Amino acid sequence: MSENSIRHPKNLRKLKKMLHRLTSHFGDVPAMGWLLAGLVIALLERFAGSSLAYILGLSKLPALFGSLVFFAKPSLHFPFIFNDLATIAAVIVYDLLIYVIPMLVVTKFTIGIANRISAALFNRSSLLSILVHLLLLYLVLWQWTDVSTYRGLVTRLTMIAVLITLSLNIINGYMGEFSASHPGFIAVGAYAASIFTIAMFTDSTLFGAAKLPASLAPFFFPVALILGGAAAALSALIVAIPSFRTRGDYLAIISLAFMFIVKSFFENLEFAGGPRGLGGQPNLASLPVIFIWMILGIWIINNFVRSTFGKALNSVRDDELAADAMTVNTRQTKMTAFLFGAFWAGVAGGLLAHVLRYINPGSFGLQKLAEVLAMVYFGGLNSVLGSIVGAVSMNLLGEALRPLELYKWIVIPVILILVMIYRPTGLIAFREFDIANIVKPKTHKEGDDAAS
Amino acid sequence: MTAFFQNVVNALQWGSFYALIALGYSMVYGVLLLFNFAHGDIFMVGAYIGFFVATGLTALLAAGTGLITLPMWAILILSILITMFLTSFLGMAVERIGYRPLRNAPRASAAITGLMIGIILETGILAIFGAQRLKFPDLMAEIDALAQPNIAGVIISWKKVMIVGVAIGLMILLQLFVSKTKWGMAMRAMAYDFAAVPLMGVPLNRIASLTFALGSALAAAAAVLYSVAYPVLDPYMGITVGWKAFVAAILGGRGSIKGAAIAGFMLGFIEIFSATLFPSTYRDLIAYSIILAILVFRPHGLFGEAHTSKLRL
Repeated sequence: MSENSIRHPKNLRKLKKMLHRLTSHFGDVPAMGWLLAGLVIALLERFAGSSLAYILGLSKLPALFGSLVFFAKPSLHFPFIFNDLATIAAVIVYDLLIYVIPMLVVTKFTIGIANRISAALFNRSSLLSILVHLLLLYLVLWQWTDVSTYRGLVTRLTMIAVLITLSLNIINGYMGEFSASHPGFIAVGAYAASIFTIAMFTDSTLFGAAKLPASLAPFFFPVALILGGAAAALSALIVAIPSFRTRGDYLAIISLAFMFIVKSFFENLEFAGGPRGLGGQPNLASLPVIFIWMILGIWIINNFVRSTFGKALNSVRDDELAADAMTVNTRQTKMTAFLFGAFWAGVAGGLLAHVLRYINPGSFGLQKLAEVLAMVYFGGLNSVLGSIVGAVSMNLLGEALRPLELYKWIVIPVILILVMIYRPTGLIAFREFDIANIVKPKTHKEGDDAAS
Repeated sequence: MTAFFQNVVNALQWGSFYALIALGYSMVYGVLLLFNFAHGDIFMVGAYIGFFVATGLTALLAAGTGLITLPMWAILILSILITMFLTSFLGMAVERIGYRPLRNAPRASAAITGLMIGIILETGILAIFGAQRLKFPDLMAEIDALAQPNIAGVIISWKKVMIVGVAIGLMILLQLFVSKTKWGMAMRAMAYDFAAVPLMGVPLNRIASLTFALGSALAAAAAVLYSVAYPVLDPYMGITVGWKAFVAAILGGRGSIKGAAIAGFMLGFIEIFSATLFPSTYRDLIAYSIILAILVFRPHGLFGEAHTSKLRL
């Protein structure tokens, strides 16, 4: 105790004690508890949010936890880049009342009931438990994004980014190739899916009248996406086949050349708009659709990388000759990795095209490559959880820093350089993702939570 | 026929830029085994530095103003030299800040760092100068007014002669430096066997800085020459020219100076002639497809050694 009093002054100790008391129960809160808290927060914000914002003096509900308001209006006086103190105070109070306090209260008081529900579901069947958790997660997202279209857009784009990051991690992380071809795959998927939906379900100047009634479009959307994915996978052969002979740096160049070729190809494809781009996709990529595809993607990719095939990918990365000697079919492994990764990139591209409802070749160039690589390397190589974390954090960071305008592109690269220097493989690399462990109830008998 | 030779001259000029920038990529890759993705943006910053140097020198030294008057060609040479000198510091700074901490990290992380440094450079220039493009001062006005050489009906402007001449001169100087001086020998030693070099008492960090300085100086020379030929500067010019030069560097072969130079000129020829023979929007498509084909059949580039994978026992 005397050591502590030398190192930490009294006030700091009091603060630490208070924080500890508030958060000590976090270790016992199961996933169900967090989701219930999230649901309460989302409903609270939905029904009381704008009134609270009005009372606090904010012009409207803070869209992204107040970060946009925080950074707006850069000023040359203290505190420099932040808004005036009144707005900052209002935003902090809003966040406390709507987010922090309900989270602390609900998680603390629902530990018992959440654990009981979790246990009941998990003992029934783990699949049922996972489905219920997913449904709850969707409800939270739905209610949270219902408040503003901006939130809906950001959430949908983030979910697509998760899918893209996962698909890139297969090639860059699990197989260890530095592949710069991903914007090309996304572009191919986006164009293929768009051409399908526009030609079949809308009256367009490029493709003529709709071949099928527009009401059927939502049912054929999965077909469009799979078509986009398949087209991207086919185009991946251009990169996969040379990969048999080359590795490392030369494969990086081939994939870079592929990206430029795809971009130039679409710039010259007059029947799909050329450099002017392709717009007018039907509004098919709604929140539930993208959520389902994202969960499907996470599930399938997680199973893929945990299977013997995933281990084959790792073995090709670590030592290709040894893998070959151990009867791993390196050619088939490389081919499958590229095609599988490209398929999901194509699906994500199709979803992206239908969210933005306009695509043009210029958006699939080096800028996109830098964004995509940043998400993967920031989150962590060879890790599903890392990809999810990387995509979500990079996207939210990008949105939160938007008021900084140009300087966003100095802050984000600096953050990434720091991560590269101190953790070269990313924040959460080489970790396995065990879904069952997440939805299990947290009981004291287990001891410390056994992280996967 | 004259059209053909006219295109040859154009291709030589266009290829000089690629060759000079590709040399920077190739040297860094040969010595440090790392792709410096920020090189294209160092080229771009070199152009902006050159803009200030040229404008300043013209204001100080041109006829009618200032203390001494120098003819325009002297100002041009002086601005190239000063820009090369100043930009080499930028290259050394990039190496120190971005790449030295990552010397032992996986190469992909260094590549990402390079990309990010490039973005920071672009955004920095955009923040300082705004999106409005700058116009490089016309340093060749006097010389262009002279009669242009006319060989068999092909008109060669003095600008092109100067650009190709300066580029080839710099390449010869570089080759002499690398093959005849002790520093050059150290660079070749590092390219040959990285681990043995510090054992022989050669300062690794200094050679790395020197490599970056040389590469950036060449890129700066290319930048000034490019600005003389196409006098509009914008923060994204490094992307268009720099990345193609990067592909040319790899095409030429790993760490091979001769290869980078030849591949740079080759890329210039491929681009100019594909723009002549096919609709010009297909230029990138054709150029990259040819490069892809070459790399598929000769993966280690034109002049690189074949990379054999050894059994690690």
